[in-house]
Amino acid sequence: MSSVAVSKKKGFGAVLWDYLTTVDHKKLGVMYLFAGVLFFAIAGFEALLMRIQLMVPNNDFISAGLFNELLTMHGTTMLFLAATPLLFGFMNAIVPLQIGARDVAFPFLNSLGFWLFFLGALFLHLSFFMGGAPDAGWTSYASLSLYSPGHGIDFYVLGLQISGAGTLISGINFIVTIITMRAPGMTFMRMPLFTWTTLISSSLILFAFPPLTVGLFFMLVDRMFGANFFDHTMGGNTIIWEHLFWIFGHPEVYILVLPAFGLFSEIIPVFARKRLFGYSSMVFATILIGFLGFMVWAHHMFTVGMGPTANAIFAIATMAIAVPTGMKVFNWILTIWGGSIKVTVPMIYALGFIPSFVAGGVTGVMMATAPLDYQLHDSYFIVAHFHYVIVGGIVTAIFASMHYYWPIMFNRTLNEKLGFVTFWVFFIGFHLTFFLQHFLGLMGMPRRVFTFQADQGWDLFNYISSIGAIMMAIGVVLLVINVLLSVKTPPVNRRDYWGDGRSLEWSIQLPVPFYNFKQTPLVRGFDPCWLEKQEGNKEMMTYAEPLGDIHMPNNSILPLIMSIGLFIAAFGALYHPDGVSWSVPVIVIGLGITVLAMITRSVKDDHGFHVHVEEVIATEEHLYGKGGNK
Amino acid sequence: MMKGLKKWRLFSLLAVLTVFLSACTGEDYISTLKPAGEVGEDQYDLLIFSISIMTLVVVVVSFLYLYAFTKFRRSKLGDKHIPKQVEGSHTLEVIWAVIPIILLLILAVPTILSTYKFADVKAMDEVDEEGNKTALTVNVTAKLYWWEFEYPEQGIVTAQELVVPTNEKVYFNLKAADVKHSFWIPAVGGKMDNNVENVNKFWLEFGKESEGLKDGVFYGKCAELCGPSHALMDFKVKTVDRAAFDQWVAAMQATEGQTASVDSTDLGEATFAQSCLGCHAVSGVGTTGAMGPNLTTFGDRNRVAGVLEHSKESLENWISDPEAIKPGNLMTGKYSELSPEEISAVADYIMSLSVEK
Repeated sequence: MSSVAVSKKKGFGAVLWDYLTTVDHKKLGVMYLFAGVLFFAIAGFEALLMRIQLMVPNNDFISAGLFNELLTMHGTTMLFLAATPLLFGFMNAIVPLQIGARDVAFPFLNSLGFWLFFLGALFLHLSFFMGGAPDAGWTSYASLSLYSPGHGIDFYVLGLQISGAGTLISGINFIVTIITMRAPGMTFMRMPLFTWTTLISSSLILFAFPPLTVGLFFMLVDRMFGANFFDHTMGGNTIIWEHLFWIFGHPEVYILVLPAFGLFSEIIPVFARKRLFGYSSMVFATILIGFLGFMVWAHHMFTVGMGPTANAIFAIATMAIAVPTGMKVFNWILTIWGGSIKVTVPMIYALGFIPSFVAGGVTGVMMATAPLDYQLHDSYFIVAHFHYVIVGGIVTAIFASMHYYWPIMFNRTLNEKLGFVTFWVFFIGFHLTFFLQHFLGLMGMPRRVFTFQADQGWDLFNYISSIGAIMMAIGVVLLVINVLLSVKTPPVNRRDYWGDGRSLEWSIQLPVPFYNFKQTPLVRGFDPCWLEKQEGNKEMMTYAEPLGDIHMPNNSILPLIMSIGLFIAAFGALYHPDGVSWSVPVIVIGLGITVLAMITRSVKDDHGFHVHVEEVIATEEHLYGKGGNK
Repeated sequence: MMKGLKKWRLFSLLAVLTVFLSACTGEDYISTLKPAGEVGEDQYDLLIFSISIMTLVVVVVSFLYLYAFTKFRRSKLGDKHIPKQVEGSHTLEVIWAVIPIILLLILAVPTILSTYKFADVKAMDEVDEEGNKTALTVNVTAKLYWWEFEYPEQGIVTAQELVVPTNEKVYFNLKAADVKHSFWIPAVGGKMDNNVENVNKFWLEFGKESEGLKDGVFYGKCAELCGPSHALMDFKVKTVDRAAFDQWVAAMQATEGQTASVDSTDLGEATFAQSCLGCHAVSGVGTTGAMGPNLTTFGDRNRVAGVLEHSKESLENWISDPEAIKPGNLMTGKYSELSPEEISAVADYIMSLSVEK
């Protein structure tokens, strides 16, 4: 129990148990971060194998079937199991601190969300060892996915269903947390941009994941029981899948990129030592992007044959998104304009982000031009476009934030020098890999090809692109080395690590105690940490309440058990179409475990526990020495 | 001074861009940057137009950003400097909302016009006084890793190599027989999907005879992931003038009733009739729906199985083990094992099938 945080060094078993049962948003943030890094590394390795295969024409390094598995798993893993958890990691670790909360609104659900995501991801990856991974692309278009032999697609459907439930739960949790758990004085229009983008992106999750869930469910019953939702020979329709998938899939891009925007909106003002320019228009642009994000899904389907009217409408709607996005870019530039720029590792990523993301954005507008998209669609041009957006926008944000928030998350620091080397290796590798792919697409190279013939003028650019991919891989290895080295760095043990912190999380003395704030802070304006510092407040925080007992949630193993139940049931569902006798019992046992855990949770009242004043004072003394948090 | 510098930067950037662009426009039989035909040319113009606007945006943003980045450095301003905490500016917000809107509106006009233009297939059903269709229509059926081209008005069907007349609109009905594919001739115009449940219609215009190209054909691609051999699902397009096209149609129509006989003294023909004829027709007259590609024009084609060099040796390799060449194809295992002599004879026979020689 964490109320006895003032304890001696714990054994390995106790630490493990603590992490398996924890409901602490900071620990879950760390778990999301490491799970995300693990899957990022796996998916990155898959990309590297594909680029090696495409380095020279007619290569036979990887077979056609395996290549399709790699491209499917690369896309699926990167979007669902790497970018999403990495961003959730920062949301969990930082958002409660930014709004002055002691935890999220539903700590139990927070843990459940993580374990569902993790076991779903694990399930999906077991496919490599159990008869083949999914091979119909991350979009898994219905005609091909129904045709696909083996269990690959079943792994995809069941794995994403479980991890998608986790994402949905986490999204709801953040919405409620941000709406209800803000400290006194933290009005909506004083919320930091990262909190705002987390709120909007969680709302997008709330509306975007149900269509995916429905689509996956249709696919599941089609494959398990022959339900024929998508089998056109039986009156089904495959285009329905495309719509369901993209009604989810397009907002998904904004679910990922909005928090990335939020992270940069935190980093840029700090290292420019200047208030974020146009805060209210930044908030407005975020909401507008979220709203428009739902209006444009069919631009992924211009060549499907929806007719010119639908194509024209979706083309114009898509172009409209460029306006709020452009507002954001100009606001960032105006933030550094007239500022005092200190080039740290997070800042160099932010500065690299702006031109890369703009380049990805403008090619997006080109693809929105429907008649031009007939040429660009499903060519290497689109591959270049979305990697500019995802790597240039989201991955740079994640790497930047690892450096930026490492002190808060671990009370340790990442090495700056190695960070700069990592940035340059990764950044140059990134442009080398993807810039030329625009031209490969224009020169007629379709995407998702496992090989190409030598006589089509694509050899040189593919070769250079593969060299770039190797550089990116080296960059990621350097980052991992940096993470490992950080264990040996001295603890930070102070407030405001970067010296120019603006939002509330920088007011907290490191290491952050498990209850975050011994007294709930009073937020007296925008950028509270900066405000208090300007007024000479050494504690960087004004308190809204006297020191008192703190109410905290209890740890629980139930979320893990519930997730394990679904994990077991998924194996039954997976093998059910094979006609094995044990499939139904396994489904029943698995679901039974989950339901029992849910009943236990419902019947057993859990009111949490109180940390008494004496314990708080003892904890503070243990963490910060005599005199406590001063 | 500043203005001169700005101009110089812009100029050098454009110069570099021009050199770079001219160095990588690709091959004229497959690149969208060397368009041959009305649709491809319109799309190319749209590309250049939108790229110009977008380059302008990137250049302006990059310039502002690099300027701010180099000018406002803490190393120059000193560690103690606290910049003015500006809240924002309504005027600026309006400016950078309105300018993009104007740029997008400019781009939206040709977008909408071209969208409707490319989708206009009314002429498909137009007939002359005798009730004959005035426009050429080709029904394209995409199948697991090959393409079937049916000319319904002419009553002929071919595969893997599309033959079309130049300088007139050719209309296409697109459909997939198994899983979704996408029909793309990059140098001639943008793609459209072959769906499994409905027919998609569009048109292309072929502006250049393919005679002078490296292989004498334009390259066509499947653009939608369709299984292991998606990357190998190529086809070729031979464009000829109207007279040559009519001649080709007549030659195709003349193959009516052509077949292979089991009793033939030619080992190749007999083996073909025994093992292959069930799926592969050798008469160009017919309709769509064959199990395997129609082979009537095989000798005139450019590739074996869409990707291999057009030689007897490749054909023998293909017949002896198609799975090794196109994984997941539907030909593997459909015929009993053939001896080396039989394979050689069948290859000779298939290579001899031609309507042009």
